[in-house]
Amino acid sequence: MLDIRNLNARVEETDILRNLSLSIKPGEVHAIMGPNGAGKSTLGNVLSGRPGYEVTSGEIEFNGKNLLEMDIEERAREGLFLAFQYPVEIPGVSNMEFLKASVDARRKHLGLPELSSFDFMKIARETSKRVSLDAAFLKRGVNEGFSGGEKKRNEILQMMLLEPSLCILDETDSGLDIDALQVVAAGVNSMRSDERSFIVVTHYQRLLDFIVPDYVHVLAGGRIVKSGGKELALELEAKGYAWLEDEVA
Amino acid sequence: MTETTLQDFQHLALSLAGTQSTAPWLDSLRFTGTEQWLAAQWPSRRTELWKYTPLASLQRGQFASWGSAQVYTLADDALLMLDAIRLVFVNGEFDEEASTGDAAFVTRFSKADSAQQAVIEAHLGKIVDTKRHLFASLSNAWIQDGVLVHVPKNIKLDLPIYVVNISTPEAEPAIANQRVLIVLEESAQAELIEHFVSDGQPQNGFVNSLTEIQLGANAHLSHYRMNLEEEHLIHIGGVHINLASNAQYQGFTIAEGSQLKRIDYQICHKGKGAHAGLNGVYLPRNTHLLDYHTNVEHEAPHCTTSEVFRGIIADSARAVFNGRIHIHPDAQKTLAELSNKNLLTSDKAEVDTKPELEIYADDVKCAHGATVSQLDQTSMFYLQSRGLSEKQARTMLSFGFINELLQDLPQQAVRDHLHRHLSFLFAKDQFAS
Repeated sequence: MLDIRNLNARVEETDILRNLSLSIKPGEVHAIMGPNGAGKSTLGNVLSGRPGYEVTSGEIEFNGKNLLEMDIEERAREGLFLAFQYPVEIPGVSNMEFLKASVDARRKHLGLPELSSFDFMKIARETSKRVSLDAAFLKRGVNEGFSGGEKKRNEILQMMLLEPSLCILDETDSGLDIDALQVVAAGVNSMRSDERSFIVVTHYQRLLDFIVPDYVHVLAGGRIVKSGGKELALELEAKGYAWLEDEVA
Repeated sequence: MTETTLQDFQHLALSLAGTQSTAPWLDSLRFTGTEQWLAAQWPSRRTELWKYTPLASLQRGQFASWGSAQVYTLADDALLMLDAIRLVFVNGEFDEEASTGDAAFVTRFSKADSAQQAVIEAHLGKIVDTKRHLFASLSNAWIQDGVLVHVPKNIKLDLPIYVVNISTPEAEPAIANQRVLIVLEESAQAELIEHFVSDGQPQNGFVNSLTEIQLGANAHLSHYRMNLEEEHLIHIGGVHINLASNAQYQGFTIAEGSQLKRIDYQICHKGKGAHAGLNGVYLPRNTHLLDYHTNVEHEAPHCTTSEVFRGIIADSARAVFNGRIHIHPDAQKTLAELSNKNLLTSDKAEVDTKPELEIYADDVKCAHGATVSQLDQTSMFYLQSRGLSEKQARTMLSFGFINELLQDLPQQAVRDHLHRHLSFLFAKDQFAS
């Protein structure tokens, strides 16, 4: 699915990721944890091709293809999805038109016919119910005036509609209360399958009570300093990150 | 072709005025207009009101005749689909067949009875300040026909008034003089939609349009003005509004560019507690020149104004926006806001924007601002990260930029028409490149 080898990346002349390697097989859920400033969000941004995130060396293979040679939209159409930590508000652009254009682009790439507006609206309405988002949100501007929780649910709605093969959740739990967190987690869990993989980036162990990972990696100083099973998250919860940072230093 | 001088254009324009048969009761307005037009200074680059808008293409135009109703073909969806009192003019001439029949409170100057003539004489040419509006005096000199809407006290018109001005090319470059006069008495209500459109041909005409609006106490007018003509047409237009106490004016205007298009809005708060809202969108492309000048006079206390204009300037086009708000000494407790935002989609596109606030009262709240920008990079990334191509993302964001002013328009027929029309326009990519 995804193979990251010796990745080095920087943002505005500052090196963030250092020799990071990570391999993810279909169906696996990997949690990336770590202290603030460890490079967790950078990883998601590099994978999705965000401008300003420069890969200085290393390789990334996605579904057997060289990810670093793909444009932002090619990565998305190929099945990579980043749920934003801070989803963007775009007033004036209808959420429904935006969602349809995204799904059309993905379907076209997969050689599937475009959905009719009617069919798409039906699917979008049903899916929004699954993330407890009122269908009225589909008619509003993209994330316009949405609360923090509504924005995150809109991200999960997009993920469900696009049916990506690799989902990266960038601190999707930040700013969510426990109810919203459960809705988001249920949405994610409903999408788990043998073909679909997840990278769950989070600062807190709490999310992992609901989305149980197969592997937990600790990112510190731009590299993975420790990997383990789901029990590692509990250990981190109890001991914090400082002991690991000390270990690395 | 040699360029006509000022005198040539002034006299050529006036020589036409004598060629029409007009009702004698309009003579005095015509004479005054003629005198003012002849006395007026032709604008130069030093004339503040015309600084960025040269009139060369008008001088070159050789407009030597009146427009006349030509046979025309419009696309099926060129006009609004709505139940309305419809008055259609073709090159300035009334098209009876395309219009709906007689309606209460709506007539043309040429059909006015003596009571309606009295209303026209009381207001026509008197709401506009011809000293500030050069082409208003020409319009007065040319006065021939026009639309009168006079709604008596406490009456609400059930149907919108839909005035359609269709341009077609003619054998010789010709002139259309468009006039509308709206007089709403106390607590009257109406909706006016002005729609300027042309057939699919390259145009060679000049439209001088003037709409005057008198709102009595508590009167309420909703007003749409769409200038969506083909890009060769020259249009100079003005909308002038007086508001009595507690009157409400809600205006929306949109214009595509052309070789020369200039539209003035003047709003005068004459009585206390009046409100005016005006939103506008301008979309010049190619080598268009499109100029909006707005001027709001706050003469009375407790009035409010909210004005938002947005423009997308493409290719080598030039837009001019000048928004002036003038708070007179007596206009205490005024609330006035003006915002102008511009998006440039090419290195050669240009906008000259100038918000002007003149405040002579001390207890007022006013805000104004103008920005010129390009598309937001984070939004671009967001859309692309969902699989949209860069071009698709640009088109979507550009459209969204103006759609904020379109999506909440109360008149659905206008909203639907503009959505369809603009989707087609934006598909051409100029507003997204």
